[in-house]
Amino acid sequence: MSYDDLRHFADSWGLVFMGLTYAVLIGWHFLPHGRGHSARAATMIFEPESDTEADHG
Amino acid sequence: MDKLVMRTGGWFALALVAFAAMLAARDGGFAVHMGIVCAVALGLAVFAMRSADYGAYARGLVKMPADQGRYYDDVIRWGVIATVFWGLAGFLAGLFIALQLAFPALNLGIEYTSFGRLRPLHTSAVIFAFGGNALIATSFYVVQRTCRARLFMPKLADFVFWGYQLFIILAATGYLMGITEGREYAEPEWYVDLWLTIVWVSYLVVFGGTIIKRSEPHIYVANWFYLAFILTIAMLHIVNNLSMPVSLLGSKSYSAFSGVQDALTQWWYGHNAVGFFLTAGFLAMMYYFVPKQAERPVYSYRLSIIHFWSLIFLYIWAGPHHLHYTALPDWAQTLGMVFSVMLWMPSWGGMINGLMTLNGAWDKIRTDPIIRMMVMALAFYGMSTFEGPMMSVKAVNSLSHYTDWTIGHVHSGALGWNGMITFAALYYLAPRLWKRERLYSLRLVNWHFWLATLGIVLYAASMWVAGIMQGLMWREYGSDGYLVYAFSEVVSAMLPMYLIRAAGGLLYLSGAIIMAWNIGMTIAGAPLRQEKPMHDADYDAAADRPLPAAQPA
Repeated sequence: MSYDDLRHFADSWGLVFMGLTYAVLIGWHFLPHGRGHSARAATMIFEPESDTEADHG
Repeated sequence: MDKLVMRTGGWFALALVAFAAMLAARDGGFAVHMGIVCAVALGLAVFAMRSADYGAYARGLVKMPADQGRYYDDVIRWGVIATVFWGLAGFLAGLFIALQLAFPALNLGIEYTSFGRLRPLHTSAVIFAFGGNALIATSFYVVQRTCRARLFMPKLADFVFWGYQLFIILAATGYLMGITEGREYAEPEWYVDLWLTIVWVSYLVVFGGTIIKRSEPHIYVANWFYLAFILTIAMLHIVNNLSMPVSLLGSKSYSAFSGVQDALTQWWYGHNAVGFFLTAGFLAMMYYFVPKQAERPVYSYRLSIIHFWSLIFLYIWAGPHHLHYTALPDWAQTLGMVFSVMLWMPSWGGMINGLMTLNGAWDKIRTDPIIRMMVMALAFYGMSTFEGPMMSVKAVNSLSHYTDWTIGHVHSGALGWNGMITFAALYYLAPRLWKRERLYSLRLVNWHFWLATLGIVLYAASMWVAGIMQGLMWREYGSDGYLVYAFSEVVSAMLPMYLIRAAGGLLYLSGAIIMAWNIGMTIAGAPLRQEKPMHDADYDAAADRPLPAAQPA
């Protein structure tokens, strides 16, 4: 692949691929199950540190 | 016994190799560096032979609590101490070179203290020694708490920390001796780069290993930012430092790239060092320490995910904006500019997410000086991520580039965003890591906050004025087509601004000295400072009584 081909790939299919990947990675969290999941993830850092793996290791 | 012999023998063999390399070195700087490596290896060989537990002695000196068996925190405690120490060293170096610009006599007429050698010492000390130690320490703290798992391979974590300190020493002494690749923020020569690669891969193993063995199903968003920071810095560091040493026993090497390719590689690295070292890593701190200090969950977890992926996808393309109007192809310059402008949105999304975490608890800005610091950090994050895209626009860049406006921009980000969020994280960590009731003094945090804020304001404002004045004077043509001002006239016109800048740096350093005292007293376990509380409701003892009994009429 020459430099010129690579450059044109980058601003056509490469850009489309990158845009789609970005949309999927973001969109994933806006699926219906995402709301509860996000709420739980955001408050996870406040849960008391009770019985953890570290207690046994 | 065999193990002891192996360990001691191994260190001693390494010391011998370094000694031989020192004797055979092609240049003085390489010999000094091999001498340092030899001394470190010899020291470790002697320590390995002795039965005394020197580690425990050192931990006792800085009053570290005993290992509870839950989390591995010793390396984080050393990291907090190292961050404070390197912060002071880096700020002092910065103040000194600021004064050198105002008073050239301070170059002292010797090569080792010239501006050209001290300037990379300052940038590396604040970015990699102060910022890097803060990132390593906080990442080890956060990843354990959010994964609810003890650090993976604690001994390797120790190696990461101490190996990183050796990297800092080799880099800093190298700059003073004139050993440099001349690449912005990547000045260390090839052998120091190789050492950092080993340390960094170990860092990835410790951090990634802890995530893999987590007992919490979800990986908290702060860890995403830390992981992106570690992975991307590994990639950037390796590609940018591809070079061929002149001799395996000498310090000099030549880059694998040349011309404009080399320039683009350097700024692809340089801008992403800002994007992933100074932004992603510190945002990880923000996403853990701001919610914890405010005792409220992050405003929008989904926004934090948009923030994350947008930064990852956009930042990596922004580097060419450092090469406007150069030999770089025009389309590449425009690409860098467009992606820089697009970066503005996710950056402000992240700033709003951090600030709105305080939604419903805005009073904490008044009552909690640590929250105040975090809010100021986020405000400067927002300000410098607006200023940056603006300066990347070609028309603006034609005025701002090569002037002190750039220096002002960098410092509003570094002092305001990175510095303030790091100070806040250190204040959060110190009492928790040393099992103290709270910090030695909250009033001193407040003093630190105001000294630092005033310092940044003086710094940024004077550099805006200096930079724009400089840019305008450089481009001023007379009616006969000659430049109106000589370079020296522009330099002398900037003296007042240089003095104001140095005053700002002095205030910022003073604040950091107060922090060192405060954290030092917290570590020492001194009784809490007798002081008026930061917030207190009015109390009038005279009024605190029942109403007098009603008199019959």
